[in-house]
Amino acid sequence: MAFGWFRKENPEKEKGCPVRSGKEGDGTDPEKTTGFFQRLQDRLSRTRKTFTNGLDSIFTGKREINNDLLEELEEHLITSDIGVQTSMELMRRISKKASKISGIEQLKEALKEEILSILDASSSPVEEHGTKPHVIMVLGVNGVGKTTTIGKLAARSVLEGKKVLIAAADTFRAAAIDQLRIWADRAGAEIVTHGERTDPAAVAYDGIEAAIARGTDIVLVDTAGRLHTKVNLMEELKKIKRAISKKLPDAPHEILLVLDATTGQNALSQAKLFHEAIGVTGIALTKLDGTAKGGIVISICSHMKIPLRYIGIGEKIEDLQDFDPTQFVNALF
Amino acid sequence: MFDNLSDKLNSVFKKLKGHGKLTEKNIEEGLREVRMALLEADVHYAVVKKFINDIKQRALGQEVMASLTPGQQIIKIVNDELTKLMGSRHEDLSLSGPLPISIMLVGLQGSGKTTTAGKLSIFLKKTGRKPYLVPVDVYRPAAIDQLRKLGDQLSVPVFPSNPEMDPVRICREARIAAQKEGCDTLLLDTAGRLHIDEALMAELCRIRDEMQPSDILLVADAMTGQDAVNIAKSFDSALDIGGVILTKMDGDARGGAAISIKTITDKPIKFIGVGEKLNDLESFHPDRMSSRILGMGDVLTMIEKAQSMVDEKKAAELEKKLKKSQFTLEDFRDQLIQIRKMGSLSDLIGMIPGMNKIKQMKNLQVDERELVRVEAIINSMTPYERRQHNIINGSRRKRIAKGSGTNVQDVNRLLKNYTQMLKMLRKINKGGIRGMSRGMLPF
Repeated sequence: MAFGWFRKENPEKEKGCPVRSGKEGDGTDPEKTTGFFQRLQDRLSRTRKTFTNGLDSIFTGKREINNDLLEELEEHLITSDIGVQTSMELMRRISKKASKISGIEQLKEALKEEILSILDASSSPVEEHGTKPHVIMVLGVNGVGKTTTIGKLAARSVLEGKKVLIAAADTFRAAAIDQLRIWADRAGAEIVTHGERTDPAAVAYDGIEAAIARGTDIVLVDTAGRLHTKVNLMEELKKIKRAISKKLPDAPHEILLVLDATTGQNALSQAKLFHEAIGVTGIALTKLDGTAKGGIVISICSHMKIPLRYIGIGEKIEDLQDFDPTQFVNALF
Repeated sequence: MFDNLSDKLNSVFKKLKGHGKLTEKNIEEGLREVRMALLEADVHYAVVKKFINDIKQRALGQEVMASLTPGQQIIKIVNDELTKLMGSRHEDLSLSGPLPISIMLVGLQGSGKTTTAGKLSIFLKKTGRKPYLVPVDVYRPAAIDQLRKLGDQLSVPVFPSNPEMDPVRICREARIAAQKEGCDTLLLDTAGRLHIDEALMAELCRIRDEMQPSDILLVADAMTGQDAVNIAKSFDSALDIGGVILTKMDGDARGGAAISIKTITDKPIKFIGVGEKLNDLESFHPDRMSSRILGMGDVLTMIEKAQSMVDEKKAAELEKKLKKSQFTLEDFRDQLIQIRKMGSLSDLIGMIPGMNKIKQMKNLQVDERELVRVEAIINSMTPYERRQHNIINGSRRKRIAKGSGTNVQDVNRLLKNYTQMLKMLRKINKGGIRGMSRGMLPF
């Protein structure tokens, strides 16, 4: 059977578990043990289960580091959607160090380090602009969870005591505005809407105008989902961006691309084309609470140097977390 | 990304010219590229592994056909096997059972169930059925509104669910309401859920047991990565699905998930979603999918594109004119416009397999502007000139060149090509060769 892969070395799995949990303890930042980290690990447990069970079976099943082992490792990277090229690159770097690696634990650590170095290289702190309002434009292909992410972002900011306004610029999909209104109510944010099939750029413009007038701290601009290959729809995005800058010259301060963790290699193409068209400044990775590993973000980070800002790990309003590379990789392994 | 697997393979096999048989060594090398292409297309690792092994068995020792290079031969085998893997023919919805029947749509969040429900209702209407849309998603905010609005746009009745109702009760009541409305096919739009959410998966089973749907369709995103196997396996083992609809096929995803899903579940892919408009739903053709995944040219698509774009009536008129050798510059311009409707020239050339092998074609930058220029020249002529090209003398040529922003040489070249074409036409007609292919450009 095709999937037997992960279960192939089942007997060894039991042996693997204690090793892993010991490792987790080491990797935990003592200050954050209970709060975020615990929660992240809980939520990522399914992701971890498939990923690390496989890894541990590799790491414990064989004691010697040989080509077979490295090949199996490569396979695991590929099944995590990390992609052929990036997987090979990671393996190449590991093989270079191979002479220094004596044990399996070291190999695991080396792999972690390599992935971390990729993620770290592209990370950059969220710039807190002094300007008010801080405008975040949210975009992505259809069905990745833009509206939900905006709802969660709004709730977070409201909890921090900020005044939030949402501009409902998805005027295309049926009932998108209603959906956003419900999220705005839940979060306690204001919302600016026009009707369906109206000009999204006008909604964005009005949203900024209203935010300036009302002294709002944060403006979230929702846009309709669009495939990155549709030239006319990408032009529409540019127009929305222009309309925002017209009202507020240095806005939008953040252009957040939402990616679905279930997506495979196409996510790279999405990131590329959206970035070329409009200039993405950050990524939110959603639906990490399933079995998908979202490994493609590692490829995206290594190719494009766009920082990952948030991860979505559930449907509840608080299930949006800041992305932290160290914790992310620790939770994965 | 591999832009073109055939290119890669050709370069691998270049040094093998003259070999008459596929040997283990050259197969290995070729298959490495195939493996990479499949992985880059998001086919699951284990599926690829098994597939490559099968191919190796089949290819070993095969004679290379006289007309093919070893690279092409491998592609042919791979393509054949892929097509076989994905089912040899298109399978329709299963619509049997006591009326009203139900069709259930299931899948992850954001895979496109609600939009697909709208598209399917149009499809069913066209086949003479009376669809009834049932929003069963009580979880996502405004999901019910979304389907209600789609129903209004399409004039398809929608069951007035409300978010407080239990999903199974919605379905039960919807069946009664559908009968009252005189509808015969219920489309159950269930909530998106993770395949590992046991409570929600159990809910789907309860809906299935209550409604006994004639077809259960897994709606899956064509961009799905390696996880497609887990998703398909979970939904299939919980519900025993009847088929799959792949959505968002209008993007640039290779859609390797199709192979993973088909291999794991052995259930057919019945439809593909190819756009945001509500009639953008197409039947699935396994043979075309395999060339898409491999990144090869798709002749069939091109032919169909040409067929749907060329105006039938105009084509018939043209045929008449061609037979009488009355092909004017006006007709010539119409032809150009038809071609441009089919997409960019480089796209069209890319769709013809083997074109990329011709060296000259490869480096040929197709100048799209050439067509625009020709059109501009013809537009700058008077209607009379277009019908009677003989009267276009030196001063007229000068005027036309000025009007179209070109120079006299360009105008001369166009007229020369045109007269040559006319001569050829006359010859053909005299020789009695009938039926120039309809709508095709007589170059």
